[in-house]
Amino acid sequence: MNAIPRGPLVWLALAALTLVLWLTGGPLATYPDAWIASPAAAMNAGMDAFTDAAGAGFRAVGSVLEWPVDGAQALLGLLPWSVTTAVFVLLGYYGSGWRLAVFVALAMLYMAGIGYWDESMNSLAIVLISVPMAVAIGFALGVLGFYSARARRVIMPVLDVLQTIPAFAYLLPILILFGFGTTVGLVASILYAFPPMVRNTILGLRAVPEEIIEAGTISGATAAQLFWKVRFPAARAQLLLGVNQTTMAALSMVIIASIIGGTNDIGWEVLSAMRKADFGVSLLTGFVLALIAMALDRITHGFATRPRAIEWEGRSPWAVAAAVVGGVAMLSLLIPALRDWPEALVWDPAPAMNAALERVIVEGRAWIDGIKNSAFFYVMLPIKIGLAKAVSPFTWGFALTPALIAGYAALVLGLAALAWRSGRTTLAALIPLWGVVSYIGLTQTPWLALVGIVVHTAYVTGGRRLALGAAAGMAFLLLAGIWPEAVLSLYLCGIAVLICFVLGTALGVWASESRTVSAILRPVMDTLQTMPVFVILIPFLMFFKIGEFTALLAIIAYAIVPAIRYTEHGLRNLPASVLEAAETMGCTRWQLLTRVKLPLALPAIMLGLNQTILYGIGMLVIAALVGTTGLGQQIYIGLGNGDFGVGMTAGIGMAIIAMIADRMTQAVSRKRQERFGMRMAGM
Amino acid sequence: MSAPVKLSCRHVWKVYGETPARFFEKGRGAVDDAAALAARIRGADHILAAADVSFDVHVGEIFVIMGLSGSGKSTMVRCLSRIVEPTAGEILLDGEDLLAMGRAGLIEYRRRKMGMVFQNFGLMPHLTVLDNVAFPLEVQGIPREERRAKARAMIDLVGLEGREASFPHQLSGGQQQRVGIARSLAVEPELWFLDEPFSALDPLIRRQMQDEFLRLQRELHKSIVFITHDFMEALKIADRMAIMRDGAVVQIGRPVDLILRPADAYVREFTNDVPWEMVLTAGDVADAARAPVPGMGHIAADTTLALLLPYLAEHEAGVVVRGADGHDIGTITASDVVRALASGVPEPAEVTA
Repeated sequence: MNAIPRGPLVWLALAALTLVLWLTGGPLATYPDAWIASPAAAMNAGMDAFTDAAGAGFRAVGSVLEWPVDGAQALLGLLPWSVTTAVFVLLGYYGSGWRLAVFVALAMLYMAGIGYWDESMNSLAIVLISVPMAVAIGFALGVLGFYSARARRVIMPVLDVLQTIPAFAYLLPILILFGFGTTVGLVASILYAFPPMVRNTILGLRAVPEEIIEAGTISGATAAQLFWKVRFPAARAQLLLGVNQTTMAALSMVIIASIIGGTNDIGWEVLSAMRKADFGVSLLTGFVLALIAMALDRITHGFATRPRAIEWEGRSPWAVAAAVVGGVAMLSLLIPALRDWPEALVWDPAPAMNAALERVIVEGRAWIDGIKNSAFFYVMLPIKIGLAKAVSPFTWGFALTPALIAGYAALVLGLAALAWRSGRTTLAALIPLWGVVSYIGLTQTPWLALVGIVVHTAYVTGGRRLALGAAAGMAFLLLAGIWPEAVLSLYLCGIAVLICFVLGTALGVWASESRTVSAILRPVMDTLQTMPVFVILIPFLMFFKIGEFTALLAIIAYAIVPAIRYTEHGLRNLPASVLEAAETMGCTRWQLLTRVKLPLALPAIMLGLNQTILYGIGMLVIAALVGTTGLGQQIYIGLGNGDFGVGMTAGIGMAIIAMIADRMTQAVSRKRQERFGMRMAGM
Repeated sequence: MSAPVKLSCRHVWKVYGETPARFFEKGRGAVDDAAALAARIRGADHILAAADVSFDVHVGEIFVIMGLSGSGKSTMVRCLSRIVEPTAGEILLDGEDLLAMGRAGLIEYRRRKMGMVFQNFGLMPHLTVLDNVAFPLEVQGIPREERRAKARAMIDLVGLEGREASFPHQLSGGQQQRVGIARSLAVEPELWFLDEPFSALDPLIRRQMQDEFLRLQRELHKSIVFITHDFMEALKIADRMAIMRDGAVVQIGRPVDLILRPADAYVREFTNDVPWEMVLTAGDVADAARAPVPGMGHIAADTTLALLLPYLAEHEAGVVVRGADGHDIGTITASDVVRALASGVPEPAEVTA
């Protein structure tokens, strides 16, 4: 054997450090309160001072911003439902065709039919006002960033921060500055929705081929003509994709903002139904959210991707649209039922649904509890508090005797030895570390050891700078006194990400090999991604009630999508020449997959992992609604008490975790791509 | 035959890097030792795209710049319209210095005097064929109906009538380039730049388009700068051509001059593959000193040797070569042809009109 390389030795040392610190305890294992220097109080003081100085100005702006929202809400409230429906059906038809028109019509009928028309329109009104504003801001910043490298250097990091800080953390400062009212939802949704427009604007303007610009230049176009007549229209598709993403982001933030309450919108109806455990109503209203999201997505996406060459035989689409809407309006003046949806036609299946659900839960109690308990006892608890505490006669049916502990140690060391013998020194060193942490549990792991593990991982993946960044980030978590909450978040998110990665990659591989599976998965994933996040909670909440397990399932449902998508995309878009060469050499399908496709697709799979982590962390805050502990909960506490410092500290904490995880996975993916000399196509 | 000079390029340099201007005194490109300066620029970690390039384009002439990728030919054609700003040198259009021109004047010049065809067509994806062709007129502010009428005429000229309402992505590559050609001609420019216009096309289509291009030029008499990396294409269409390498012009001359007297080994590399009997004409090898003998055939000066050979086989005494102006310019015997094909260098026989 050669000399042992340094890398594995560090891992072994970290394993030893973890064990020793855990055994000895003390301030290096449990971070002492005396060392906490939380910025929360200072943040509150700063915010107070700021509010004193500028609060009046903000409130003035807020009340001005309220006019268009009030106006839009009044307009949508005043218009007969049939007219609004006609307008959106026409939009669906022009955007994508009669299929979408039928879908939109059914969705609107459903909203009116279950008696939630006004609430739906109130939510829609805020979206309709915030989207143009977010698009305008995003477009202007995007153009600025496109032309000026200096502006880009400021804009891009700000976008990163805006998009990694959880949406809920936005609400708090806005709430404090603008006071209660519809403005909070509006401002929050503008802030949350403009970054994708900036990114798409820069991307689109950049992607215009240089030759087209040169053709414009040599035609003698002035700078303004070059932009408005050449670059802007040539980037149209990408810009409209930006509008699509902005619309979806705005909608999701409007729904999230309804947690503040007092706005009589559909998001609030969903939330209060969930809180009252009225599952029938929460499902019915959640479905409204899903329908609004899907309709807005398909309409804006349709306009972005429809071919330019649409021939309108003679008649202008505007004239036709005006005639249809005018006709419906006239009819609604004659027929009252077209004006206000008749009470008699309101359909309320909620009680029946509740009763049915009750029966299912009673009948299936054994099953439901079985699933929940085994997941909790055998997976979640051991990771959270370690085998040392999780294994007890009550949970596992036997106690952890010294003999069993010795057996466990022997198993871990045996596995490590096996890895060592086959020459995988790094793996051999990682196994004892894994064994120790599993035994102790994530929340019981001494903070110093955990910091060491994370910093070293950062160093291995991304080098010195990432290691320094990770160390600084964790120093913030410790000093701010939110370390325990951060570890709890890490634990829940970690399990979810692990499951997503394993399951998602497997499904992605399967989908890449089978057209049928791909065709089945695609609409499911599309739906999961357009679905407002609250709605994902509802079905799990129905069966498993409040708790960490429900939260875990919701996070998995949301975060598994990118894992599947990127894997399938990566596997399907490999260079055909390489695959042909491998096949010509006589690879079996299995060999082709494991020896050629998966290694080549690894960068894409890593990017999928990256997105899965970010999605998971994003969902974590929503999941806190159903009773998890951790940073997500802290944000709610801050929001509930109007405590800016607490909420913001937790929000920054989550952003730190997200950024460290993001940079690590990106670094791995990038290294891999560079090694292959490949570049990822945009997803 | 020498027509007046339309466009003149004098000691043009283009340097990319941090401080490209520092190598030149007030943007003057005429230096004592261009090769030494080029070496100095490269040594200072700057990229030299064009080094001391000089040439003239005469009115009605097809001037071809031929070079491999990275030779600086595309940079040069962009310098001519100041899409790329030359670092030093002069570009004279009708005797006026293009580089001294202000923003507004330059735009005016581009609008009225220049048309350009791009390798990858450079069509606006959001405009129909008709609007693409009308685009240069649109930026001039010409009313819609007027510019559409003009555009329609151009579309007819390139043989695309009936496709006016199509979008570029609905057309084949050859058709797209026809749109590009129609667009570049829409303002009836005096100067016509073509940057590898046919390189992206299939070989058959490419040949068709070359013939089409020559037909158009016979009608339009533009002053043309044509960029290509294809030596055979250059031979086929050029009145005169320049070969570029590493940003510098290696040789300028008529195609036949390059073939018969390549300036260096680099040019010879290209000419080696040329089937000479397809390029050399009777005029090129005619012996002006030898008097006609009775029984000789008569043949036009622009007949290629490939066509001459069977004719020569029937006229053992030789043939008399008649120039374009109707005067005999010399005679050819079988041994002249053999010697020309064997050595490529007929003795003093520069053929003057």
